[in-house]
Amino acid sequence: MEQVAKPNEMNIEIDNSAKISNGLLIGRRTIVYIILVFLAVMCILPFYILIVNCTRSNFSIQQGFSFTFGDYFGSNWSILFSDSNIPMARAILNSLFISTCTAVLTVYFSSLTAFAFHQYRFKFRTFLYTFMLLIMMVPTTISSLGLLTLCAQYGLMDSYIPLIIPAIASPITVFYMKQYLDSVMPKSLVEAARVDGAGELRIFHEIVLPVLKPAIAVQFIFSFVGSWNNYFFPALIIQSTSNKTIPLIVAGLQASDPTTFDLGKVYMLMTVAIIPLLIMYLILSKFIIKGVTLGSVKG
Amino acid sequence: MNKRMTINTRKKKMSYAKWGYILLVPFFVIFILFQLIPLLQTFKYSFYEYYSIGLQEIGPNWVGFANYVKIFQGSILKYAGNTLILWILCIIPQMTVSLLLAVWFTDIRLHLKGTWFFKTVIYMPNLVMAAAFGMLFQMLFAANGPVVDMLMDSGWITETFHIGQSVWGTRWVIALMNFLMWFGNTTILLMAGVMGIDTTVYEAATIDGSGAFKTFFHITMPLLMPIFIYVVITSLIGGVQLFDVAQIFTSGSGAVDGSSKTLMMYLYKLIGTSRNYGEAGAVSVVLFLLTATLSFIVFAFTQKSGKLSKKEKKIMKEIELKEASKNGTSC
Repeated sequence: MEQVAKPNEMNIEIDNSAKISNGLLIGRRTIVYIILVFLAVMCILPFYILIVNCTRSNFSIQQGFSFTFGDYFGSNWSILFSDSNIPMARAILNSLFISTCTAVLTVYFSSLTAFAFHQYRFKFRTFLYTFMLLIMMVPTTISSLGLLTLCAQYGLMDSYIPLIIPAIASPITVFYMKQYLDSVMPKSLVEAARVDGAGELRIFHEIVLPVLKPAIAVQFIFSFVGSWNNYFFPALIIQSTSNKTIPLIVAGLQASDPTTFDLGKVYMLMTVAIIPLLIMYLILSKFIIKGVTLGSVKG
Repeated sequence: MNKRMTINTRKKKMSYAKWGYILLVPFFVIFILFQLIPLLQTFKYSFYEYYSIGLQEIGPNWVGFANYVKIFQGSILKYAGNTLILWILCIIPQMTVSLLLAVWFTDIRLHLKGTWFFKTVIYMPNLVMAAAFGMLFQMLFAANGPVVDMLMDSGWITETFHIGQSVWGTRWVIALMNFLMWFGNTTILLMAGVMGIDTTVYEAATIDGSGAFKTFFHITMPLLMPIFIYVVITSLIGGVQLFDVAQIFTSGSGAVDGSSKTLMMYLYKLIGTSRNYGEAGAVSVVLFLLTATLSFIVFAFTQKSGKLSKKEKKIMKEIELKEASKNGTSC
């Protein structure tokens, strides 16, 4: 993605540019940098304020904003985690559990489904694949009502099953995995394994999954983040406080009276909800942004 | 002998084909149980009177199209309008900024430094929990919050203000949140599009003395158009689903007179709070028809895009992936 000027193109530029256009270029470049810095500040500022405020006391936050850090981080932390009305530690564990299960199921079964579409020539292959592409863009939230009433009928309210199990059927991930397989996986690899006497499932586990590793990593992250941030459906299905996930805890603050808010605690709660994922993103950012165009790079 | 061998291999091929079906079983079983049946159930309820008052449940009783009549006589068109307004407030600056950034990031003559840093930073808000982001902005824009504070300190305003009491104030802040969350994403998508344009075209234009503006309007934009439209439509599909930020930022109320209440917030209220499953079903069906139509346009666009070059098709698939892999709302 990085654009590096090649010597050739530089020559063309020099041949062609008089001093005036060089001056223009510098002017343009300056404007572009100013806009970029402005946008970057807009993206960072909310999170900067968030982190600053989670280190300040309720009283000092109410006094007004300051750009300098306070020293109430520890105290806000312990206030948040000892509040019996906000089961924060429990919510983190719940969210971790649901997101991990969702991500694992999504990548495993999507790889399996993609492999089936990629490898085998069966009768309804094109039909089923087209069908999948068609439903891909239709949001699942639309069937929430039906899913909710079915869950109520079968005693699955307040359960994690309707939050986790649907991850097995994720058309989008299948599509991504199939694109990836189509571009990197030679059919002869499977044929060779068959000659060696490997069964189809063993071929999938020992050959296909390792080949898919980069795509699996990217999709694992995306489905983990998607599930971690998911709010609409969990808000309808989860009822008991101890089963709540982080977005539900955040939304739950709305119900309480804002005048009794300990702002330090609230900012700390949002920090816990947002920042760990941002740190993970910053560590993996190169990988995540590149992963987006993974299929094409290989193809 | 020879004949026998061909029969054998054919038999073997047949037996492999069955593995295709076997491996598809988990996907389709779960799809049918958790998506298709619920969807049909939703459709069904849209034709029934089915709601709760307190602990008493009424229905389901068949009422035909009564629920549809009710929602259309009610506020659904208003909420659809709100959703559209919020989407437009966001999509116009978003496409403009993303287009500019995509062109600048890929401009060889401009030769920007630190593009990786900027790309990382502008993509970052995309991964943030939308619910927490909405909550954060509610705190930032509170009457005694940091934004009002900063504006008062710098002398831009003299009195505190409640953003929640202003119709357009609330709408603009929701659009701003969506903008921040999605413009980085869109930039990366459009960059893929711009980079797909043959570089020799640019070289020729430079030699002919075409400036930055001319190059943009006469070369980049026309060649980028299919991808540009594609991104806008997929973003509209996301825009229809706008929920988390608006819901949390307005505490579920949708601000003054529900002026920032979206279709999804309406649906959420019908299912979760008022438990009116009949009307909720009708709203779901309307949403389904809306997104299905848009999806079908996208699908037709990518599938039989005979007019598009192979490269464009590939980029579009890529974009589709990207949009899709976020499976959340986009603006």
